This record gives sequence, structure tokens and C-alpha cells, in this order.
Amino acid sequence: MKRLIRGALLGLFLVTTAQAAIDTYEFSDEAERERYRTLTEELRCPKCQNQNIADSNAPIAMDLRQEIFRMLEEGKSNDQIVDYLVDRYGDFVRYKPPVNAKTMLLWYGPVGLLVLGFGVLTVILVRRRRVEKAPASTLSETERERLAQLLDKKDS
Amino acid sequence: MKRLLMLLPLVIFLVVAVFLYRGLFLDPSELPSALIGKPLPAFSLPSVEDEQRVITAEDLKGKPALVNVWATWCVACKVEHPVLNRLAAQGVVIHGVNYKDDNAAALKWLNEFHDPYQLNIRDERGSLGLDLGVYGAPETFLIDKQGIIRHKFVGVIDDRVWREQLAALYQELVDE
Repeated sequence: MKRLIRGALLGLFLVTTAQAAIDTYEFSDEAERERYRTLTEELRCPKCQNQNIADSNAPIAMDLRQEIFRMLEEGKSNDQIVDYLVDRYGDFVRYKPPVNAKTMLLWYGPVGLLVLGFGVLTVILVRRRRVEKAPASTLSETERERLAQLLDKKDS
Repeated sequence: MKRLLMLLPLVIFLVVAVFLYRGLFLDPSELPSALIGKPLPAFSLPSVEDEQRVITAEDLKGKPALVNVWATWCVACKVEHPVLNRLAAQGVVIHGVNYKDDNAAALKWLNEFHDPYQLNIRDERGSLGLDLGVYGAPETFLIDKQGIIRHKFVGVIDDRVWREQLAALYQELVDE
């Protein structure tokens, strides 16, 4: 019985701490809630670098969540909100970096490598085919007879 | 031609190795500031010492300075504080941004550990910190006499950091 009570108390404790980490914002409609969710998931916490703003418990992430909520309430568009944060923290805060001269390699590098790989593969295959065809055409009539003779000799 | 092609994997390996080797010595937690080359964001906040005294970005113009974001809850700031005191004694202009702090605690700290700041901005709600792209104290900005942000340093300024990185930059701004 004692164990049960202790377990229940522990459970209660865990529930309350888990809830403490979640902010409670009152959204005016479902679409806004959805936008808040995508924004906080796409933006990166500058302090704890491998977490997005939604996941992080760092004070700065909390501030930024509040800031995003405030801007949503003000009727700012997603782009405006992202730009606001990029102006302060740089492109770093975006998990989806913009396509520009600096990020060209990042965006198109993999595709480029794939095309290069196919190119190399094609060259290799074409060459191999040429080599396979080659013997038939390079041996003259006498050479072929000689080859047959030699092979026969070996067999006997 | 064939020979050269055979060397290709080695060349690729060397290029990758150089990149990875360099990567070993980069600090990923140090973000380049998006504000380099831009003026200080506009603000209008009271000073730590006197609530009636309003400080704006205009007040920081005129002389190149360090703008140091600090707080009493920031453990590393305590390490940095004596260094700032020494720099202030040498004549380096340092302004403070007391970031999301309890003002009474801030005043007590300045009383106890000496006050190296010429102007000390009271940013209790962290609005200036947000506009500056601050993500953790201490952070220090180097501004020129027009109030343009020229450099940002994240972390504790110790004697070595000052000597090797910031002193020359500050001197350059003074000589401009």
C-alpha cells in the first residue's frame, strides 16, 4: 500500500514537471496554431544548436517562442517573422537555408555529384563495350587460324 | 592521362582531409553576428543606476567602445568582470547592457565588484538583447564612433582574448 502511494505521488510529480515545460498560448484560431507550430519547428535555437525553438528549454528559446507568438498575434506573415529573426541571429536560425550564392553548393552539390557519378559510369560502360567488341575485329584471318591451332594443341 | 586519373582519389582525399582538419579547430557555438556593419539597434531604456535617466543609441556614439552584455545570474560574467575593470582603468570605453537581470542585484554587484561601465543600460525585459541577437551572456560588441557594430565576441573576455583578438581591433577603431 505504501509503495502504491509513493508510486502515485512520484507519478503526480512527473506529470507536473512535464507540464511545466510547455508554454500555454491562446491562439485565435487553428490556422494560427498550425503556423506557430511550423515556425517554431523550422527555426533553430541559437543557444542549444541542435534543437529547434519548439524543443529547446533554453531561456532564449522561450523568449523567441514568445516573440513569434506576439508577431503572429500582430498579423505578421511567416516570411516577416523569419526575416525578423534572421536579421538578428543570421541565416543560422533557419533549418531550411535560403538559396543564394553562399548556399549554392549546399543545395545543388549533391545533385551535381550524382550527375558527375552517372557521367563517369557512362564513360566506363562505353569504354568496356568497345573493349569487348575489339578482339573480333583486330585479329586477321591468319592470326585467327593460328589461335585455333594453338588452342587445339593445348587441348590434345 | 590514365596516370593522372589514378591520382584522382588521392587528390580528393587530400582536399577532404584539409577541410576536416580545419573543421577540428572551428568552434560551432560561435555564430557570426548578423549585425556586423550595421548601426546599433534603436532603443530607449533607463540606466541601471537611475531609472529617470533614459539612454538611447545616440548616447553611445562619439567614441569607439565595447558594449558588454552582462547579468548577475551569468556565472561567466563574474570571471570576466575583473578584466573589464582593468581595461576600464586603462582608459578603454566600456558600456554595459544589464540583460534580463534584477536591478537591485545588479546595483549590489556593481558596488561590490567595482563598476567599469560608463553607461549601463537596464534591459530588464531583454528587448535590446533580442535586437542585438544575444543568445547568452557574456557577449561583447565593438562599436565605432558612429555607433556601427564592427565586431562581436561571444564568451568571456580574458587577458589573452583581449591581447590576441580585441585590443588590435579596438585600437584600429580609436585610430580611425
